[in-house]
Amino acid sequence: MNIVVLVKQVPDSGADRNLRSDDNTVDRGSASNVINEMDEYAIEEALKIKEAHGGEVTILTMGPDRATESIRKALSMGPDKAVHVVDDALHGSCAVATSKVLAAALSQLGADLVLCGSESTDGRVQVMPHMLAERLGIAALTGARKLTVDGTTLTVERQTEEGYEVVTASTPAIVSVWDTINEPRYPSFKGIMAAKKKPVQTLALSDLGVAAGEVGFDGATSVVVEHSKRPPRSAGVKVTDEGSGGVQLVEFLATEKFV
Amino acid sequence: MSEVLVVVEATREFGVKKVTLEMLTLARELGTPSAVVLGGAGAADALAGKLGEYGAEKIYAAEGAEIDGYLVAPKATVVAELVQRVQPAAVLLASSQEGKEIAARLAVKLDNGILTDVVGLAADGTATQVVFAGSAIVKSKVTRGLPLVTVRPNSVNPTPAAASPAVEQLTVTTTDADKLAKVVERVAEQKGSRPELTEAGVVVSGGRGVGNADNFKLVEELADLLGGAVGASRAAVDSGFYPHQFQVGQTGKTVSPQLYVALGISGAIQHRAGMQTSKTIVAVNKDGEAPIFELADFGVVGDLFKIVPQAAEEIRKRK
Repeated sequence: MNIVVLVKQVPDSGADRNLRSDDNTVDRGSASNVINEMDEYAIEEALKIKEAHGGEVTILTMGPDRATESIRKALSMGPDKAVHVVDDALHGSCAVATSKVLAAALSQLGADLVLCGSESTDGRVQVMPHMLAERLGIAALTGARKLTVDGTTLTVERQTEEGYEVVTASTPAIVSVWDTINEPRYPSFKGIMAAKKKPVQTLALSDLGVAAGEVGFDGATSVVVEHSKRPPRSAGVKVTDEGSGGVQLVEFLATEKFV
Repeated sequence: MSEVLVVVEATREFGVKKVTLEMLTLARELGTPSAVVLGGAGAADALAGKLGEYGAEKIYAAEGAEIDGYLVAPKATVVAELVQRVQPAAVLLASSQEGKEIAARLAVKLDNGILTDVVGLAADGTATQVVFAGSAIVKSKVTRGLPLVTVRPNSVNPTPAAASPAVEQLTVTTTDADKLAKVVERVAEQKGSRPELTEAGVVVSGGRGVGNADNFKLVEELADLLGGAVGASRAAVDSGFYPHQFQVGQTGKTVSPQLYVALGISGAIQHRAGMQTSKTIVAVNKDGEAPIFELADFGVVGDLFKIVPQAAEEIRKRK
């Protein structure tokens, strides 16, 4: 099975994150950048499927030059190769335009199965799987906590607010996963060394037949008008329990009219 | 005034969700609200009363197995056709997994911008979003097409405005491409009568400090006394103390209740990402240096196994 895993480089969600003051985009320059955590689960799932059914695992990333660091990191877990869509014109692209570019790349790669994380920790928008499915005319099975592959049939168990659903589709399809699906492996030393030699193909917009005007700020379908830091919360009252902590807590709740 | 389409979010058990009432309230500022019900046979009639109470002037309904037997694609096809027919001033959906997914497909079908996790919407279509774990506020606008936004629960106060909507049944004409992801089984797991986590006015969450799954009864007890939902930190979920659908944080649900009670939660950024826009935060933790106290309006340093039962007893006394 030919599997493509979508990997996004994001600012570390454990560090201070900002928007740029000049163009209101995510500041990817000063932040420490990492693989979107949820994508590691998608990579792990792809590797498990390859181990069980054979095939090839390709990483697909759209992002600036420095996303190469994350691509090598992803490859060190075990995928075979990577495709990096990189083009200055992409800066400022909205989700709709991003889906256009990724769909064009996926069409060229001809995957049986596309795997991705359920959301990225920067935008948390969760729209990419269905945008890609809509463009490619393939099924989208989102939010998987369990994925079973049987020939060309995919079965996904997905969490819903009321319980869970079992959903099926035939390949080709795109499946997004939550962090409940598996436990991603750590790259081995051998894996890290091997990743340095794995092929990483770079594609520009012209290679994908997408015009520069359809992406970036020119092609954006939405715009951030302004942004500001939310004032940080300040600590309130802290008491140490000396036998009446529970009562004191309820007294506070009472003054705030919660009890 | 032009119509504003509000795609209804409802559950079989509880009917119209609060976020739908919030969307109807927001929609009234932008135009005339029309509710769009997408679900099983008879869904619209069951929800019409409540939708009318909150100002829906009209209800469009697309019902049946063609709609709810598959993941969101048929729903998006129906809404896209409706948008093209009625040319609404805006389309509002809930910022839930399903709401975002329908919106995603609409954006591609209509070549239209999309804004998610919106907490406020001005009459000119400018949306307010809270990003980066609640640390930044962004104002944004759709620049191509109509405002297509998903609204985060607990963003506005729903206010009633009586209307008596008529139900218009829509003809469902889906394509084969809409039926690629088939739902073969739906299993209900939600237990009890607690409010849904993202919509609850009060959330009581437990973390690693709760110690084990059995001890979560304490968390549940306090939640029930306060009429709230139960949440859990990632550490608690990863340790198997509580199911994943109740996880609050960067890789779980984002909640913004009036009151958030954190029990045995240290307050790692992973957790804060999901709860720091809560109005009032209360924390109990044995470690006085835990970062959760940096955001707590009221914190108690001590043993939660002593403090929580005492608090529960005190609430009962006052009732």
